[in-house]
Amino acid sequence: MGRAGSGERRSAIEAIGVSKVFGNGDDAVRALDNVDVTIRENEFFTLLGPSGCGKTTLLRLIAGFDFPTEGEIRLYGEDIAPLPPFKRPVNTVFQNYALFPHMTVAQNIGFGLEMLGKPKVEIDARISEMLKLVRMEELRNRRTSQISGGQQQRVALARALAPRPKVLLLDEPLSALDFKLRKDMQIELKRLQHETGITFIFVTHDQEEALTMSDRIAVMSKGHILQIGSPRDIYDRPAERFVANFIGDTNFLEGQVKEVRGSKARITLDAGAEVEAGISEGANPQGNVTIVVRPEHAAIQARPGADALKGTLENIVYFGTDTHFHVKLASGPHFIVRQQNRHGAGEEFKTGMPVGVEIGQNAAQVLKD
Amino acid sequence: MASTFSVKRQTGFGTIALLCFVLLYVPIATLVVYSFNAGPSIAIWEGFSWRWYIAAWNNQQIVETSIRSFVIASIAAVVATTAATMAALATTRTRPYRGLNFIYGFINQPLMVPEIVTGIALLIFFALVKIWTGYTGLGYLIVAHTAFCIPFAYLPIRARLENMDLTLERAAADLYATPWMTFRKVTLPLLWPGIIAGLMLAFVVSLDDVVITELVKSGGQDTLPTYMLGQLRRVVTPEINAISSVFLLISIVIVTLFFFLNRKQT
Amino acid sequence: MHQDNPPLTRAAQVAAAADRQEIRNRWFLASPALFIIFFAAIGPLFIVLVFSFLTPADYGGVVWKPSGQAWFQVLFEKDIFDDTTTFADAHLSILWRSVKLSFFTTLIALAFGFPTAYFISTRPEKSRDIWLFLITIPFWTNLLIRTFAVQEVIRNEGIFNTVLMKLGIISSPIQIMFTDVAIMLGMLYVYLPLMVLPLYASMEKLDFRLVEAGYDLYANRFQVLRRVIIPLVKPGIIAGSILVFIPSLGAYVTPRVLGGGKNMMLGNLIELQFGQGRNWPLGAALSITLMAIVMIALMIYVRSAGRSEVRHG
Repeated sequence: MGRAGSGERRSAIEAIGVSKVFGNGDDAVRALDNVDVTIRENEFFTLLGPSGCGKTTLLRLIAGFDFPTEGEIRLYGEDIAPLPPFKRPVNTVFQNYALFPHMTVAQNIGFGLEMLGKPKVEIDARISEMLKLVRMEELRNRRTSQISGGQQQRVALARALAPRPKVLLLDEPLSALDFKLRKDMQIELKRLQHETGITFIFVTHDQEEALTMSDRIAVMSKGHILQIGSPRDIYDRPAERFVANFIGDTNFLEGQVKEVRGSKARITLDAGAEVEAGISEGANPQGNVTIVVRPEHAAIQARPGADALKGTLENIVYFGTDTHFHVKLASGPHFIVRQQNRHGAGEEFKTGMPVGVEIGQNAAQVLKD
Repeated sequence: MASTFSVKRQTGFGTIALLCFVLLYVPIATLVVYSFNAGPSIAIWEGFSWRWYIAAWNNQQIVETSIRSFVIASIAAVVATTAATMAALATTRTRPYRGLNFIYGFINQPLMVPEIVTGIALLIFFALVKIWTGYTGLGYLIVAHTAFCIPFAYLPIRARLENMDLTLERAAADLYATPWMTFRKVTLPLLWPGIIAGLMLAFVVSLDDVVITELVKSGGQDTLPTYMLGQLRRVVTPEINAISSVFLLISIVIVTLFFFLNRKQT
Repeated sequence: MHQDNPPLTRAAQVAAAADRQEIRNRWFLASPALFIIFFAAIGPLFIVLVFSFLTPADYGGVVWKPSGQAWFQVLFEKDIFDDTTTFADAHLSILWRSVKLSFFTTLIALAFGFPTAYFISTRPEKSRDIWLFLITIPFWTNLLIRTFAVQEVIRNEGIFNTVLMKLGIISSPIQIMFTDVAIMLGMLYVYLPLMVLPLYASMEKLDFRLVEAGYDLYANRFQVLRRVIIPLVKPGIIAGSILVFIPSLGAYVTPRVLGGGKNMMLGNLIELQFGQGRNWPLGAALSITLMAIVMIALMIYVRSAGRSEVRHG
């Protein structure tokens, strides 16, 4: 675990038992249901989930655009939930940037400091500093309508960073950019976070974005946080079916727990073989369980080994960099194996032939549900 | 003939439409042309002259009623636009609250009731007020004009507000602007085109009013339109055409400004 | 499933208080407009209602004595000599003329306005605004001036008659002024933009792929118009018709200038009671009658607009 010791860091934001109900009576919608989460100082924390999962609601509660129905939101230990947004040392980068169209780039960036009543000299210096940080010095006096989407994005970032917030909130800020620009901005955001040392809370529905940028990810669904962990934890050791499904492609296999040893369990699969699978923190697997195996953590064999799962090759899908093999296991379920394309490799496979699937070391994880 | 089939074409529609435009502009054009007639008739053309414009300029009554019209329209437009701006802020970008529909209905009411009825109602009401207070000044006309100008001023302001991105104000609040500063620095600057448009509409509507003014005015309180209405009963000279043309020009200028202001927004 | 409401958090309390404050603020902001309109538009209407039940004073104004006489006079009249009650022909014919002329004005406005709105909506996007602008300009110019402009065209010495005589089509001018036709032409001219604008608004949204689908399914131009276009723009047709019909019904300036003293409409009859007629209660009762007709028309509009919205929604 690469993140050992991160627990020593102070917590920047703590949500304690936070619920948010919209509407009332029969129309009430519980957008957040008793959410607990701690976000540490200086970390790049991502709220990941499909639309309607509550991630944006949680962000809005932290920003102060909404109030929690229940629970507390603490900023460095102090409950800020009752404070209006303009009294919170927290700034937001909005999804559509929300740049003021009647102001120049510099006026936008200086707006927060102006509202805080800072002296003009200080504001000007800070604007220059920010423009330099986002590499936009030459556009200082442009109108925000005269600059490109990527540049608007940078201005929005500079504007939110200028007042030196304790926490920066980013609400799907990259979703409006095209693919290439998005990739560049991902790196740019990482750099900014590193240089400023400010805690970033980033909301996205894009799993790849979350995996590349985050220190830690919270996967959300239907108002709950399902799992919090490093990208590697979330990807390799998903605790729940939803998490496994939402992030990447996944194979699910059924089996029986044979024995539990520490954080590992031996599982007898219904498909015949026996595998060792990781156990999520706090889980206590017994009896029938489901394990997940990522397609790239399994290998396909033309001549099945002794402890391989046996099946028939149904389909071969060629993707350029890699190939997906769709295998129908003898026990019933389908299994996908992803294999990188090396020159000449994999050419011996034909649809319809019997194959074996071998699950790699540390590749399987037991689901909680 | 190998012409392409046009989905949008309907036989004869273009002709009727063009006829429509011609019919809309022929009377106005005639009016303007005869305002330059050298002779005293509005039917027989006797050559070009500025005679009637000069006559109108020197006509004490026309000058006096014009000034009165502008005074009333200016005050009414400013007050109506202020009230309408506040009302628009109160009725847009909100989840429904109790009384919201009531406020809408109230503000649009002057558009629903025939002018003659409103005029009569004000005639009766102000007659009573005159007896109680003894006041007989221009205030009655100004108040009456303000009331029917409000819905016109309200329309473009409300439209502008509804198209305004709410996240801009959120962004301001996020950047430490208090609600008042958010209003001053973000909402109001973005709302200005709508307010100007509302002001111009209100001004034109007030300037154009005949019916309510005719019924509410006391003696010696003629506005330009009611003065003209009175003149139409007599022998009409191109002087009326001259005033009308000037009036027309003012309306066209204001509406054109309004049009381009609106166009720039979108 | 019963769930006890947990005690409100401090944040929720603050939020609820802010909410209440917000609504108070909104009422405060709306209050100047509400007050002015109540004072100078809505409130006085109640006084009109009260006045319609009072006794007329001899030289205008009222005597504060309740009476149903004014309402009786709206429809009936008593013969001064033998006290027999007959229908008030003068009032009924004016009422009938108002409805009739408004109806025909609306119909003709639709006949002109529909093709015009269609024409505008099928122009290229850039020139559309200009055409629309040309429709709007007359609408924002003074009603009296426009009426006066119509008068200049249709008078005996006006260009309409002059041109026809010059062409030898007629030998003496056609008398149009001071007839019902003059009033109708005037109202048509004055209110036509009110027909075109809402029609255009709904035609602009018309999805021409539906028209293409109509042609694809063997409909000819007329059938496409009748079966596809008209049903789709019906809300605009209804809105435009109402917007022309209601002001026509309450018209005052146009019939006064073009109809002369004899061809009155309801608006002129009402005004007369406060001028020469000196019967304020009758004028008040007629005003309420006019308003009632307008309200009925509006109600029909709201209901049919609601229905077509459901259908197309």
